[in-house]
Amino acid sequence: MSEPSRLWEVFVRGRRGMSHVHAGSLHAADAEMALRNARDVYTRRGEGVSIWVVPSSEISASTPDEKDPFFGPSVDKVYRHPTFYTLPEEVRQM
Amino acid sequence: MVDGERLPGNAPGATRSAERGSGRGPGLDPEPDPDLLAQFEALLAADDRIEPRDAMPEAYRKTLIRQIAQHAHSEIIGMQPEGNWITRAPSLKRKAILMAKVQDEAGHGLYLYGAAETLGVDRGELLDLLHARKQKYSSIFNYPTISWADVGAIGWLVDGAAITNQVPLCRCSYGPYARAMIRICKEESFHQRQGFDILLTLSNGTPEQHEMAQESVNRWWWPSLMMFGPPDDKSPNSAQSMAWGIKRFSNDELRQKFVDMTVPQAAVLGLTLPDPQLRLNEATGHYEYGNIDWSEFELVVKGYGPCNEQRLAHRIRAHEEGAWVREAAAAYAAKRASRETPEAVA
Repeated sequence: MSEPSRLWEVFVRGRRGMSHVHAGSLHAADAEMALRNARDVYTRRGEGVSIWVVPSSEISASTPDEKDPFFGPSVDKVYRHPTFYTLPEEVRQM
Repeated sequence: MVDGERLPGNAPGATRSAERGSGRGPGLDPEPDPDLLAQFEALLAADDRIEPRDAMPEAYRKTLIRQIAQHAHSEIIGMQPEGNWITRAPSLKRKAILMAKVQDEAGHGLYLYGAAETLGVDRGELLDLLHARKQKYSSIFNYPTISWADVGAIGWLVDGAAITNQVPLCRCSYGPYARAMIRICKEESFHQRQGFDILLTLSNGTPEQHEMAQESVNRWWWPSLMMFGPPDDKSPNSAQSMAWGIKRFSNDELRQKFVDMTVPQAAVLGLTLPDPQLRLNEATGHYEYGNIDWSEFELVVKGYGPCNEQRLAHRIRAHEEGAWVREAAAAYAAKRASRETPEAVA
């Protein structure tokens, strides 16, 4: 039996100044109920000041297949890191 | 416009997403290709986590579904023995605490069903398997709660044993399960302390109250030791679960850890544990305990415990009596969705 409800991903902002972070998922018929359920399931002890719910089916994801060079460009450019550059000793801080 | 994927209560594809496993269902599928399996082994070897969309052996996926589902079922069935005392808790404070605890158990069940769903099963399917007796829950919940002290003994002993089991699961190789366990373990320590607090109050109360606490501990001690499962030499699946990084300690190791932790606490409570053979082995630093009656365990697992029928019947009744709520919510959502996008209705 499949449930007559959608699956939602829940994102919680722990406190002001922080990003929303994925907390888990839940079932609900609509966004309003998903928010209420998310409050009860994921913030029973003051874990959040704001909640986002997103239908799981609306999320697009990269594939974890390592043969896919998707993240390749991010590791082969060492010059993007400050440690790539040697500073003269006289420069104490930069 | 509204496409099929967006309507509630529609085709199976609606509950799958890019964040999830491939939605292969509970059946056995062909193995992923050897290169991908080598990646799986490499992740395990590096003690890294496996995530939902990674390739994994079918047996790993099925073992996790079975274990996480059984764990989730235990959480929601576990609401029953304690829920039994909400209306009769001895004070408003105790009632409020017990309600919060039972609500936590529901939450724990939901985290775990969520983790299981990342492996490509639907929560509804898992509940159907529970109701059809094709999946199990922890046998401990087939024992009755006949006195208020039992609420204390469950918190102290049953939740204590559960925590001992669950702390290593926070490092389980499957990411979503480990993350759910971290959340659960944080909340369980409140459960154990509230149980200890109930027993400590009773133990220091009138002679009748002390006796009630002692009688309850006498009943719950042995079944709590059984919660860790059969002894290592009779636990055939343990080795594979260890190799997969699902299990980190053997049943007997965890049981010993629990006994070592609990015996000194019993002394603080002023209560005894019903085992004449229990004694500290000075050489090993561990407590030795008497033989566990595994025939009782087998009987309860097979369905002949004091409350097996009652627990399952109640669960099925709650599910059936809640059907109209689920239907109404889906109908309301569908109606609102059609009003918000009138062109899709035409």
